[in-house]
Amino acid sequence: MKVIVPVKRVPDTAGDKVIDADTKTMDRDAGETVLCPVNEFAIEEAVKLKEATGAEVTVLLIGPDGAQSTIRKALSYGLDGAIQVTDDAISGSDALGTARVIAAALADVEFDVVIFGNQSTDARTSLVPAAVAELLDLPSLTYARFMEIDGDAITVHREHEEGWDVVESTLPAVVSVVEAINEPRYPNFKGIMAAKSKPLDVKSLADLGVDAAAVGAGDAAATMYAFEPRPPKAAGTIVTDDGSGSAADDLADWMEEQKFI
Amino acid sequence: MDVPRLLPDDEAQALLDLVTTIGERELRPRAATDEAAGSFPRDVVAMLGASGLLGLPYPVEVGGGGQPYEVYLQALEELARAWATPALATSVHVLSCHALAGYGTPEQQERLLGPLLAGDRLGAYALSEPQAGSDVAAMTTRARRDGDEWILDGTKAWITHGGHADSYTTFARTSEDRTRGISCFVVPGNSPGLSFGAPESKMGLTASPTTTVNYDGVRIPADNLVGEVGQGMAIALDALDSGRLGIAAIATGVSQAALDAAVDYAHEREQFGKPIIRHQGLAFLLADMATRVGQSRATVLDAARRRDAGQDVSRAASIAKLTATDNAMAVTTDAVQVFGGYGYTREFPVERYMREVKVMQIFEGTNQIQRLVISRTL
Ligand SMILES: Cc1cc2nc3c(=O)[nH]c(=O)nc-3n(C[C@H](O)[C@H](O)[C@H](O)COP(=O)(O)OP(=O)(O)OC[C@H]3O[C@@H](n4cnc5c(N)ncnc54)[C@H](O)[C@@H]3O)c2cc1C
Ligand SMILES: Cc1cc2nc3c(=O)[nH]c(=O)nc-3n(C[C@H](O)[C@H](O)[C@H](O)COP(=O)(O)OP(=O)(O)OC[C@H]3O[C@@H](n4cnc5c(N)ncnc54)[C@H](O)[C@@H]3O)c2cc1C
Repeated sequence: MKVIVPVKRVPDTAGDKVIDADTKTMDRDAGETVLCPVNEFAIEEAVKLKEATGAEVTVLLIGPDGAQSTIRKALSYGLDGAIQVTDDAISGSDALGTARVIAAALADVEFDVVIFGNQSTDARTSLVPAAVAELLDLPSLTYARFMEIDGDAITVHREHEEGWDVVESTLPAVVSVVEAINEPRYPNFKGIMAAKSKPLDVKSLADLGVDAAAVGAGDAAATMYAFEPRPPKAAGTIVTDDGSGSAADDLADWMEEQKFI
Repeated sequence: MDVPRLLPDDEAQALLDLVTTIGERELRPRAATDEAAGSFPRDVVAMLGASGLLGLPYPVEVGGGGQPYEVYLQALEELARAWATPALATSVHVLSCHALAGYGTPEQQERLLGPLLAGDRLGAYALSEPQAGSDVAAMTTRARRDGDEWILDGTKAWITHGGHADSYTTFARTSEDRTRGISCFVVPGNSPGLSFGAPESKMGLTASPTTTVNYDGVRIPADNLVGEVGQGMAIALDALDSGRLGIAAIATGVSQAALDAAVDYAHEREQFGKPIIRHQGLAFLLADMATRVGQSRATVLDAARRRDAGQDVSRAASIAKLTATDNAMAVTTDAVQVFGGYGYTREFPVERYMREVKVMQIFEGTNQIQRLVISRTL
């Protein structure tokens, strides 16, 4: 079985995000970057398939040269190889543009299942997995909190507010997983050492036959017109108890006002 | 707060990042509870093994991580910054592997060392005895040859991982010659005749089990003798040179944790209308603490780099152990001072750090013995 895990380099979830005033997109060089934490759940599912069936797992990353540390981090979980698509023209792509590049990269290789995280921690659109499935005309099994592959059949439990649906399809298929699906292991030190010797296939848009005009900021379906930094935190409301027990009422009123209750 | 480090390459940085993550997520949150309960975190140690952290400084060919001491010791420091007990477990385990890695035959390395370095088995290092502490050559535990076996009789004291380890690197007398009459053996933890005392009730490191180990006619295969008959003392001291560096790194890590806690507190706590760090008297105390931590790390890394370069590090290792553990005692004591009355309570970790580092001035050669080692090289 061949598994592909698309991974994303995102700003450190603990750090502040910086928006570039000129391009109105996130400044990805402003702070520490990390492997998107949601991808760790997708990688864990892939590693489980590798352990159970000997699946060959490849990571796919769309991103600039500097993103190679993210690829190595992903490989350190014991994966087999990586594909990186890098091209200046990709910069500024929105979710759909990114999906086009991922779909083109996937169309270029063999696979049985693609495992995405259900969203990235920086943009949180959750659009890319479904868009990729649509572009490739493949079954889309998103928000999986459980997945199981048996021969060429795949079953997932698709999470939603009331519970989950059981969704089945045949392979090849596109899956996105939610964090409830597993508890990711830590990379192994030997995996860290092995990561640098794993094959990395670097491709440009031309290699994939993608028209540079169909991606990037110019072609984005979404346009950012303006942005404002988050206003500073306003001072909190202080409820004082004068001894009469009135504070409990005040607190309840306030909570009602704020629609907490 | 992350410690900015100088590391040789990207892999070392990735290793330190991994250790920091494991420390913050898996170690630190449990430290206070497990120390209070006195329960040995065997599962945490197993997880460190699965992550490849229990064999870091040994060659890849025998199943280790192939890391220089410069990197291994910083990983150890980072573990200790989160929680001293698993860091000590790692250091003692690595110490227990030293004899096999340096003096074992290829057969012994495959049979006995491989599972230790893979983290599947936990090691202990049994040298000290009730009447032979600083003066290890006074040991009376004996080994005699019987056909294809060695039979061990005697009692070891203060053995870290006693009752929990799968493998005891044991030093025992094979002749009356004070120093050349000691040999090194690997004793499996499930050997008949091996028994353990109750865990010592200690001032600190209460989650790390320390027991006596009794050898009552314990039979082990002749093939479990490591090195030559009579080579034990040399092996033990060689291992301790490296072990001392481990203790020095752990002391540095706990010092860093105490400094971090003290600095955070000093920014938040206000007295006389301003954060206490803005009172010069206290700010200078914190400056001295930061200086000591920097000094410890520099001394440890100097010894590590010398060892990696193949120099004899006996003196440098003793200097590092003496410096880092005395500094740790001072820094953790000062951290309690910075916390004022709160520092004296178990609500905050600093009193625990102070209790934990005290023993580091005692084990793997007391700091008086370190001075003895240093002075003999002068
Ligand atoms: C928590 C803990 C864990 C330990 N783990 C292990 C382990 O895993 N394996 C193991 O083998 N041992 C272990 N030990 C034993 C430890 O190494 C010894 O406690 C240490 O070597 C000191 O020996 P002692 O306790 O007998 O003290 P003693 O040797 O009796 O020393 C008492 C005092 O006399 C001083 N002194 C002794 N001789 C001299 C001298 N020549 N000049 C100046 N001063 C001197 C010492 O510095 C010390 O202050 C551990 C001990 C502890 C407390
Ligand atoms: C076991 C115990 C029993 C106690 N019993 C009593 C009791 O019976 N009655 C009672 O009233 N209190 C009692 N106390 C409280 C004790 O007196 C206070 O803990 C002590 O005065 C320090 O105050 P603090 O803990 O608030 O520390 P802080 O005042 O917050 O001090 C924290 C640190 O900042 C330093 N610092 C503060 N201001 C300055 C400055 N201007 N310049 C330089 N450094 C500064 C301090 O020296 C200290 O190192 C007790 C405390 C303990 C731990």
